[in-house]
Amino acid sequence: MDDGLRLTSLSIRQSDQILVSLDLHVAPGATVSVMGASGSGKSTLLAAITGQLSSDFTLSGHISLNGRSLTGLPPQARRIGILYQDHLLFPHLGVGANLAFGLRPGLSRRARRAQVEKALCDIGLEGFHDRDPQSLSGGQKARVALMRMLLSDPDLLLLDEPFSRLDAPLRVKMRELVFTFASRRRLPTLLVTHDEEDARAAAGEIVRI
Amino acid sequence: MRLPPRLRPIAPPILPALTLLALLGPVVAGLLGTVMAGFGHLPAAGLSGPSTEPLRALLAWPGIVPAIQLSLQTGGAATLISLAVVVLLVAGWEGTRPFRILLRLLSPLLSVPHAAAAFGLMFLIQPSGWIARGLSPWFTGWDRPPDLLLVQDPMGIALIAGLVAKEVPFLLLITLAALGQIDSDGRRKVAAALGYGRIAGWVFTVLPALYPRIRLPVYVVLAYSMSVVDVAMILGPNTPPPLSVQIVRWMGDPDLQMRSLASAAALVQLALVVSALTLWRLAEFVTGHIAAHLAYRGTRWAGDGWLRTAGLGIGTVSVVAILAGMLGLVVWSFAARWTFPAVLPEAMTLKTWHRSAPPAMATLGTTIVIACSATLIGLVLTIGCLETEERRHLRLTQRGLWLLYVPLLIPQTAFLPGMQTGLLSFGIDGTLWAVIFAHLVFVLPYLRLSLEGPYKSWDTRQAAVAAAMGASAGRIFLGLRLPMLLAPILTACAVAMAVSVGQYLPTLLVGGGRVQTLTTEALALASGGDRRAIGVYAVLQAAIALLPFALALAVPALVWRNRRGLRHG
Repeated sequence: MDDGLRLTSLSIRQSDQILVSLDLHVAPGATVSVMGASGSGKSTLLAAITGQLSSDFTLSGHISLNGRSLTGLPPQARRIGILYQDHLLFPHLGVGANLAFGLRPGLSRRARRAQVEKALCDIGLEGFHDRDPQSLSGGQKARVALMRMLLSDPDLLLLDEPFSRLDAPLRVKMRELVFTFASRRRLPTLLVTHDEEDARAAAGEIVRI
Repeated sequence: MRLPPRLRPIAPPILPALTLLALLGPVVAGLLGTVMAGFGHLPAAGLSGPSTEPLRALLAWPGIVPAIQLSLQTGGAATLISLAVVVLLVAGWEGTRPFRILLRLLSPLLSVPHAAAAFGLMFLIQPSGWIARGLSPWFTGWDRPPDLLLVQDPMGIALIAGLVAKEVPFLLLITLAALGQIDSDGRRKVAAALGYGRIAGWVFTVLPALYPRIRLPVYVVLAYSMSVVDVAMILGPNTPPPLSVQIVRWMGDPDLQMRSLASAAALVQLALVVSALTLWRLAEFVTGHIAAHLAYRGTRWAGDGWLRTAGLGIGTVSVVAILAGMLGLVVWSFAARWTFPAVLPEAMTLKTWHRSAPPAMATLGTTIVIACSATLIGLVLTIGCLETEERRHLRLTQRGLWLLYVPLLIPQTAFLPGMQTGLLSFGIDGTLWAVIFAHLVFVLPYLRLSLEGPYKSWDTRQAAVAAAMGASAGRIFLGLRLPMLLAPILTACAVAMAVSVGQYLPTLLVGGGRVQTLTTEALALASGGDRRAIGVYAVLQAAIALLPFALALAVPALVWRNRRGLRHG
């Protein structure tokens, strides 16, 4: 069954207080934006979906992805790609090695290298394989982080205000790139933001929490 | 920029110079003395060199090969296992409840002196120890202690276990302090989202950034484990013993000529440690490349549950072992008749304490005087250095950090023999002051390492505000900085006291047998096998090392009870 992400009577509580409570469906290839001021529990919601909720919170309800139940699965087994507002490239690995880190295991070293080179091409960074990620511009770093996540072949895309650190012209380009990749791969995409413009650009349903 | 006169640096660089002298003087002089004696130049024993006679005599000693092998094997294994346990614990469990509980239990264990922990472990695992008693006779069928070599085994397994139990808390706390300086959370989250198991994700993404920050402490553990004397005398094999123990035996020989043999062995020990450190460095390099290769292959290692369990298991066992060992020491010190296989003595009595009290109290006094003096002198020097650097806008460079670690990296057995022969020729060995200055060498690095962070992270805008109101640099230092740093300063003092109380070799060699502390007395009792007396001395030793930590927590809480801004950590 290929029905995207479903949150069924999901609620997250901290001690006795309900922080987030919602029902949500994101179809494959569709984008839903969750909007709320800072502190409204947006990041907590994402942590619940990725399975990295801290033990201060309690989660009830049900999360399923393409018919698979995610509740109780360790983060490693969920096949969720997430982009944070910081690019979080590993500074000790080269640009290519950062991408290879995301690429699913298997394949020979040479085949992996070829895949990484192709991915570099896709994001307009040919010849950057051995470059130090620290030497990249903000936009280049963001593209590498996006590609690293896509190479892990996720079933779901989570965006945690990934555009908020970019300046205006770059922001438009990056949004376009992310949403193009997402719809081409028919990935259900959940965008969390406090920026109206991001949510409008996502051109999907908008949920406020 | 011209500073107003009262903000100009006023402290002369005398304190940094004195600190360097106190830190490195004994090490350099001691090494020189060891080299001279090792090459047969020892006027005190009527020897004048240079000659290779001592080295040849050493090579002719039949125990040399096994002794070297033991040192390498126990030191290497203890370091490797300790580091592996710490990696598994932090990688597999950081941020979870079991980790927090384990950490709370581990932290106080750091200050338990090595000798006390080793005695505790001995009382636990020896044939008549608590484990054997707990299993007898219902499981083992033993009605008397079995004739097994469970401690002091020829392979040094008990010694390795004792070292691991003590080094895991040390490396763990160092690692956690270093983790605060890198974004380990972000790295871990990304790795997990990309499908990596906890351990693989941590090793591939956090460890490469972390390891350079804990490299020196790891080297300290390696150098220490290879050349440790007190723990090896308690838990290590006897015939032959590890090289370091043999050096101390030769140093204690009434025949002064044996000191040249001891010095030659000390040089071999130094060479061993240097080679082991070099080898370790090479292994780091190779491991780094293998890890990078595996990361490129995208090896996920998602099914690492058993490895995480193993890490938590070993960590828990080592904590429980030390805690149970300490409890064992207490019980033995109060034990009346206690036959095998009874789990508890027939009665509790104060007899051992009454019998041991008069000599123990005198020793306790000496121990406290030495620890307090070394700590106080060290504190003045360390704060003097920090304040001078602050006023001159200097920072501790990587090279400076290495200097700080020199006394911890060079095996004690390599420079203390030379230091002793040097003091002997000046006729000032065996004095209390000589012992205090020997302790200072080991107290200084720990004081600096504990104060470095708090001192440098103090918000200097406070000083700027005060200076704008006309406060002098001296007043800012005494009236603002020191009081606000009360808690970290007391903690650093507690660390320094614990380091001093735990020193065995400096006290033994520099004290020349005339200065006795709880540690030297406890070790002197070790061969006699009077478990009750050992219990008394080891309990006192642990208590006197732990007490300053309790005070370091209590005093700031009391002094600043109405100041919420100063009550943290």
